[in-house]
Amino acid sequence: MAVEAPASHSAPLLRLDGVTLAYGPKVIQKNISMDVRRGSVFAVMGGSGCGKSTVLRSMIGLLRPAAGHYRLEGVDYWAANDARRTMMAQRFGVLFQSSALWSSMTVGENVALPMQMNTRLDATSIRAQVELKLGLVGMLQAIDQYPSELSGGMKKRAGLARALALDPDILFFDEPSAGLDPITSARLDELILNLRDGLGATIIIVSHELPSLFTIADDGIYLDNVTRTPIAHGSPRYLRDHCDDPQVRAFMQRLPSNTA
Amino acid sequence: MDAATEGSPHWQLETAGGQNRLTLSGDWTAQRGSLPRFPADGLRAARPAAPLVFDTAPLGRWNSALVTFLWEVRQAAADAGIAFDGANLPSSANKLLGLLPPARVTQKPRRRGWFNPLAALGSWTLDSLTEVGVLTELTATTTWNGARAVLGRSRMRPVDLLANIRDAGPDSLLIVSIVNFLLGAILAFVGAVQLEKFAAGVYVADLVGIAMVREMAAVMTAIIMAGRTGGAYAARIATMLGNEEIDALTVTGIPVSSYLILPSVLALVITMPLLYLYGCLVSMVGGCVVAVAMLHVTLAGYVTQTLGAVPFSQFIFGFIKAIVFAVFIGLISCRIGLKAGRSAADVGIAATRAVVVGVVGVIAIDSLFAVIANAIGI
Repeated sequence: MAVEAPASHSAPLLRLDGVTLAYGPKVIQKNISMDVRRGSVFAVMGGSGCGKSTVLRSMIGLLRPAAGHYRLEGVDYWAANDARRTMMAQRFGVLFQSSALWSSMTVGENVALPMQMNTRLDATSIRAQVELKLGLVGMLQAIDQYPSELSGGMKKRAGLARALALDPDILFFDEPSAGLDPITSARLDELILNLRDGLGATIIIVSHELPSLFTIADDGIYLDNVTRTPIAHGSPRYLRDHCDDPQVRAFMQRLPSNTA
Repeated sequence: MDAATEGSPHWQLETAGGQNRLTLSGDWTAQRGSLPRFPADGLRAARPAAPLVFDTAPLGRWNSALVTFLWEVRQAAADAGIAFDGANLPSSANKLLGLLPPARVTQKPRRRGWFNPLAALGSWTLDSLTEVGVLTELTATTTWNGARAVLGRSRMRPVDLLANIRDAGPDSLLIVSIVNFLLGAILAFVGAVQLEKFAAGVYVADLVGIAMVREMAAVMTAIIMAGRTGGAYAARIATMLGNEEIDALTVTGIPVSSYLILPSVLALVITMPLLYLYGCLVSMVGGCVVAVAMLHVTLAGYVTQTLGAVPFSQFIFGFIKAIVFAVFIGLISCRIGLKAGRSAADVGIAATRAVVVGVVGVIAIDSLFAVIANAIGI
């Protein structure tokens, strides 16, 4: 393992340095370099099929980059040993696109399981924590329901409660508003911002829902579908109003584009 | 709680000077043992007129454990009619408290009622009757669709049938060969020990031939197929059910019976009789190997003896049994898959149930056949 610079609070929390992602010979995105500041809401943007979710998969440790470095507080994630990597991954809370709730458990058991497996708290304390996490997302009434009994929006919120189970300081959201109506989606955005402030967490969000991106994200990266590489950096609002690249501006302004 | 322990979470309510002051100290980040709870009557000593304020100067690091505690404090304050003044709390903790509903759930976890034998018997009877009805209907529609397929008017896709046949036939040849060969050899061993005593070693061929052709080859092949193919059918259909694929088929106007069940059942009906014949042959080879090696029976002698011992009618009997087993395994495993729940665990339950019901059912049907054969004198 290479000698790393000591972590300091001014350094970015997460840093991707020339990362190339590929499934076998098929390159998804190449040469991604980006910094995620502590406490920011960072958006990974781009059209359908550009590899947004793949970038997220690599950041939560499910896909090893074909090239480049991924650093968490200066520590190279993929150069670290397994124990170190597990400790780093415990700082991540992930809301998957399809919520990925464990279907044979109730919502309460879904939230309890990470705590049962990763802490030594007793059953009453875990129950109290489960109630807190479900209360935060407004799902307390569904604690004894099974995922199959929930609507799409409720599943998202239950998945969010599970993502919060271990008090993570880095939250990943994969298309949080996909399949939700605009009002539910706006409520979820508000909830995400409140949780960011309340938990002091850093949020990385993968989405192409422009209204919600403009509301919540303060930094971001735009991945291009054709050249398979990032072509713009900045907050969604900045990209919409000031980006040099006409294609990015068109995308952010929701205009039809010949390349989109 | 021991205040002397450095760093551990601690709280204290002071009511001196006409105010209610809750002091929070230590690190509220426990990862083991129990988290501090605020008792429901914790504000009994508090002064009702004054608001509840906080002193967080000695508070160290904290996580959601503190928020859980504050939530309980807020409820206790609301119950006691005391105003909750969180101005001194960390602003992020206040933000989280703002998201929380006023009261925690008071509902108890779902509790099961007492076991009632009469109710259990009643629901079991109703379930069984329903199951008989559903299976009959499934059999009828599948047969109807099968007849239409023969007449060339069905919408079953040949590619599905061929894929199912490949899976149920050639792909299971190896395991059918191994089991039947060893079974033939085992029967020959057992028979050899007994028949040697009467110098009737050559009758091992009769023993192996009749036992395998009449009973064992059909039953063993059916058990293998129930475990291998029946389990796979049930798991596949249960997974499709969970993914709403079955719903999509129904809505698109594609009958599940002709798209999924018919090719599955038909594939088994086509392959199992052939596998049965193949199993008979392989088991006789197994018996022959043992007989030639142990009993000094010649190869020609074994073959001649076998040909004389097993009449053609026995093959027809076994053949019919194999077809009945095929229909049973195909229908029952598809039915169990369609009846499964929609969770991941339900897929496993469906696969297990398909294998268990398949194996037990095959043996039960076989005993039924034995009774019938005895009655009509085959």
